[in-house]
Amino acid sequence: MEKVRFSIYRYNPDVDAKPYMQDYELEIEPTDVKLLDALVKLKSKDDGISFRRSCREGICGSDAMNINGKNGLACITDIRSLKQPIMLRPLPGLPVIRDLIVDMTQFFKQYHSIKPYVVNDEAPPEKERLQSPEDRKELDGLYECILCACCSTSCPSFWWNPDKFVGPAGLLAAYRFIADTRDTITSERLDNLEDPYRLFRCHTIMNCVDVCPKHLNPTRAIGKIKEIMVKRAV
Amino acid sequence: MVNRVVVGAHYGLRDWIAQRATAVIMAIYTIALVLFLLAMPSSYENWQGFFHQTWVQVLTQTTLLAVLIHAWVGIRDLWMDYVKPVSVRLVLHVFTILWLVSCFVYSVKVVWGL
Repeated sequence: MEKVRFSIYRYNPDVDAKPYMQDYELEIEPTDVKLLDALVKLKSKDDGISFRRSCREGICGSDAMNINGKNGLACITDIRSLKQPIMLRPLPGLPVIRDLIVDMTQFFKQYHSIKPYVVNDEAPPEKERLQSPEDRKELDGLYECILCACCSTSCPSFWWNPDKFVGPAGLLAAYRFIADTRDTITSERLDNLEDPYRLFRCHTIMNCVDVCPKHLNPTRAIGKIKEIMVKRAV
Repeated sequence: MVNRVVVGAHYGLRDWIAQRATAVIMAIYTIALVLFLLAMPSSYENWQGFFHQTWVQVLTQTTLLAVLIHAWVGIRDLWMDYVKPVSVRLVLHVFTILWLVSCFVYSVKVVWGL
């Protein structure tokens, strides 16, 4: 048994006038490996603590939170690697619903604005639309995004203009469909992003790359979108 | 006017390229200038003679223009990031343009010794 100290952001808008940090101490067993294990245990002692969780293995992206000042997924963060007291806060920049749960409406609105699906106006083939292995390879590092919002909520440009700037997650997805050879509305997609706010608020500070729990690189994807735009314009 | 979030101004790429191109011009000029100044004997007459050559004046003026274009994109980005009321932003944009154009006019006077 070892003791772990926490300081957790608490806010219940129905009861609390303003948010506050609450300290906890928890005894963990050797089988408690990840931060989420400890949080679940903590919730069994104080069931008021609210957070999202689902798959508990870094696939669903539900338990994204600000851990010791850096966005990450509780389920894949080793609890023993963290400095104590472990400071847990909700993802920055989005409205807090309660404790560690944020309202992701704005984030998903931006994601939907880039049409996150293949559009093809040609007649459908008998079986499926094929790609060469090389063309398919371009989608690696793009399709793996789990939409946890760690990147977009660590991006100052997204903090200042969440209603106008698509954000790193949305732009990574945008490039995923621009790069897809089966998609036929590339030019429309580029028109949609040719905007001082939607794409060009990115100032390449790369917070998104730093925090992505799937080790993806939205900055590179954004660079490639600009590259294609240059190719189209010059 | 209804209060709606509107995007889709359909510009941005040209400014983004301009910012990068002008950065390259500034870098090349700065390195070349430092090398030239290190290579020649340091005296008032030498410096004056150097900056009196037409090709130096042309390159200096071009670089100063690059600085101003670069500054325009950068400062406009600042206003867009941090200033929310459209009216204030518009005033700041106009003021920035006036300021930079004035700087350009003054730079012509300085570079060409008018």
